[in-house]
Formats: sequence, structure tokens, C-alpha cells
Amino acid sequence: MRINCPVCGERDRREFYYKGAAVALERPAPDAGEAAWDEYVHLRENPAGETRELWYHESGCNGWLVVTRNTVSHEISGVELASEARS
Amino acid sequence: MRFSGLKVLKEGLTGNKGWKPHWRDPEPKSEYDIVIIGGGGHGLSTAYYLAAEHGLKNIAVLEKGYIGGGNVGRNTTIVRANYFLPGNSEFYSHSLKLWEGLEEELNYNVMHSQRGLINLFHSDGQRDAFARRGNAMINQGDDAILLDREGVRKHLPYLDFDNVRFPVFGGLLHPRGGTARHDAVAWGYARGADQRGVDLIQNCEVTGIDIDNGKVRGVQTSRGAIRAKKVAIVVAGRSGQVAAMAGMRLPIESHVLQAFVSEGLKPVIDHVVSFGMGHFYISQSDKGGLVFGGDLDMYASYAARGNLPLVEHVMEAGMTLMPMIGKAKVLRSWGGIMDMTPDGSPIIDKTDTEGLYLDCGWCYGGFKAVPGSGNCLAHLIATDRPHPAAAKLRLDRFRSGVGLMDEEGTGAQHNLH
Repeated sequence: MRINCPVCGERDRREFYYKGAAVALERPAPDAGEAAWDEYVHLRENPAGETRELWYHESGCNGWLVVTRNTVSHEISGVELASEARS
Repeated sequence: MRFSGLKVLKEGLTGNKGWKPHWRDPEPKSEYDIVIIGGGGHGLSTAYYLAAEHGLKNIAVLEKGYIGGGNVGRNTTIVRANYFLPGNSEFYSHSLKLWEGLEEELNYNVMHSQRGLINLFHSDGQRDAFARRGNAMINQGDDAILLDREGVRKHLPYLDFDNVRFPVFGGLLHPRGGTARHDAVAWGYARGADQRGVDLIQNCEVTGIDIDNGKVRGVQTSRGAIRAKKVAIVVAGRSGQVAAMAGMRLPIESHVLQAFVSEGLKPVIDHVVSFGMGHFYISQSDKGGLVFGGDLDMYASYAARGNLPLVEHVMEAGMTLMPMIGKAKVLRSWGGIMDMTPDGSPIIDKTDTEGLYLDCGWCYGGFKAVPGSGNCLAHLIATDRPHPAAAKLRLDRFRSGVGLMDEEGTGAQHNLH
């Protein structure tokens, strides 16, 4: 797999650290309650198909990226900076 | 048909013409008391123990592919009970005891070989951690022997003991650990369940779970609707999709784990050797192939195949530990879909839907759990009470935070276990 970093260009998968589903961008409020925090920390849609996930360009620009990727074919269809995906 | 030495001899002398299929190929009935979704090792053993220990009839196992075609035939066949935390500790201990009586129980040669498992350590700190783990194993009633460097050398003289980065300080030997022939485990449980009247329905994919008023009523399948009083989801890497049919979202992310086998070689590696610091482990099959693997590819995947960076990493780790394997040719590699939980420990529990049970989250340790998981899930389904050995494998531990079993203390990220 190669990931096209918006800052650095296309790079080998080994430069990146995989964090998990992009749900990590939607941190609940501290007092949102047990169910909301369970959802955020543990529960996953875990699709066989397209998914949005967080990768960190550890050996490159140190940017957090939202990567749209297919979990069956490993095809990557979109990469954007997490800061931009969020806004 | 019962297997015996006499039977093998007789068949050998008469052209092996008397062997029969090991299980029937029945059409699905329109209703069962219990439907097990998933005909892998865990599903088959669940059906077997429901029939054998609880005397229940009218059970079906629904398998979307064929028996032995999933993770039960893709793993690296290691059987062990060397866990540290309460919950895991008693569960795997229970499972290992079942392994030790399995061939007699099933009248089937699963080639269970307690050749000993050695976890290597490479620093003083790691030695302390393994000494502690060994004590936990002994407290649980299992066996563990802390070997120093010379002790390891007696067993594994071929290691690179003086590697600059990872010099071998010693190892934790678990003498009752070992391997088993994975296909035979699936076939043995399938045959045992079939003999006790369980219908094993292959090529039957579940497409929906029928729930009415909070109670399970049956399943929709590629071979028609099947009503059921109780339904168990035992589908490993596919747990997320099947649970979604019941409106559930699970604490599971599916990842790919690769494994490798070399060409057949003369006996050279007598144990299961685990090199945790390099993410590498190895054993030798009875056919002579070196069976080895490493860590997850680390990204979510349903591909059942991995990428080259991990292949390279595993080969490097193998060469670091035992340079003698360098000229062995790798025959093939493959991947399996691992149902990773946020604490790295499994789930055997009821769900919020009455009559719907869940057995999942085996991460990459499901094979050794096959007897224990089936035995404990069968107990839960039959009695509606958890088996004492699996009472801590609860689904709600994630929501409450109480009773999490994070063996490595790596935190709540699915791929870090």
C-alpha cells in the first residue's frame, strides 16, 4: 500500500502509523456519559468495504491524515489532512 | 464408524475402500432449537458440547463456506495456557485440559503434540516479567519453568545467543504447550457433532437475524429462512457484519495476520519458539514445514492476505533469531481475518436480545481456545449461566471499564494486542 500524503506526496505505507477508524476525530464531551465514551473508545462499525481511518505520517510531515480506504481490496480512494477533514 | 488401530490395518490391507464420509450433508430444516452461525472451530465445538455434554438435539451449524475453510484451517496451530490475568488464565487453563483429553473424547487423531513452548527474553526487565507470568501460570495449576541462558541453549542450540540487539537472556518454558493439526480439530468436532445429530449446513450464508419484541426468532439465509429459539454468533473476523444484522455494534476491528510455511525439512525445531521482541514465532509441522508468523499488518482488513512490509519484517526477525533457517525456501504465505478487541481478550456472553449469544474477539489466539470456547458457550446456551471458566469474558466490560483484561497493558486500541 502507498498513501498519497497531501503534504509529502505518495509514500510507502511503512512511513505511516495506523491509529484506527476516524471516529477518533469525534471526541465526546467529558461528561457525555458512559455510552458515548464506550462508542468512541471501543465500538466500531468495522465495515468490509470502504472506511475512513486515521493515519499519522510518522516518518514524514508528522501530519494526521484521514484516509478513505477499502478494507477488502486495500484500495485507497482519498487522503486529506485531518485538520481539514474536521472543519 | 469408530477409528482404531485394527480398523486402519484392515483398511490398509483392503485398499482403503471402506472409509465413509465423516459427516452428512443435510438440507436445512425450517426450524431448530439452536442455530450456531459459523462452522469454524468454535462453532463446531459449541455444537459438539451442546449435544455431548448437555444432551441437546435439534441443533444446526450454518457455515457460509465449507468446514475447515476459515481461520481454523489458516492458523499456526499453537496450543498453550500461558496467560497472566484472571479471566484469561482460568479460561485457557480449562481449554488446555480439554485439549489433553480431546483425542479420546472425539475418537479422532488431532495430532496434539505437547512439545513445549519457549518464550524468549532479552533483558533483566523482561526476565522479571516472565518470572511473574510463570508464577501466575503455576498458581493457575499449569506449568512453567524459567530457563536461564544455558537452559535455553540445551533446548534451542541453534539460536543466535549473542545477537547485539537481542541477546538471549533466557526463556519461559511451558512444557504442556505445543501444537495440533488444525484441520483435524475441525473435522473431529464436525464428525462428533454430526454423530450426535447436529446438522452441519455448508454453503449457507446468514443474511439476516430475525428479532421480535427483543427476542430472537431465527435467521434468514442464502438457503431460506430458519426459525430458531436460540442463535449464537460465532464468526470470528466477520463478527462486526453479523452482529450488525442484530442491530449491534461490537468492540471489534478486523485485522489481517499473516502466516508462512517453508518447504518440508528434516526435524530441526523441536518446540514452539516465540521471539516476542522481534514479533516472530515458529514451530515445525509433522510434515517438516517450518510454520511461522509475526505481528498484524496493523491496518483494518478483510482481504485475508497481507502486504510485503510485514513479510519482510517477519523474515528479518526470523533471521535475527535463528540464522540457520536462511536457506529454507518459503512455500507459501496467507492471511487470516482477526477479530481484535480493545483489550486483546475474548467475549463469550449473552446479548441484549433474548436468546442471542455472542462468541468473538479471539484476536489472533483463537485456535487454542477452540475446545474451551465451545465448551463454555455451550454451557451458556444450555443453562443461561456463564461457565465458571468464562465468567469474566463479558461484553459489558468495555462499557463499564470493569474487568478489562489487557495482558500487555497497551491500551484501548484494537490493533495493539
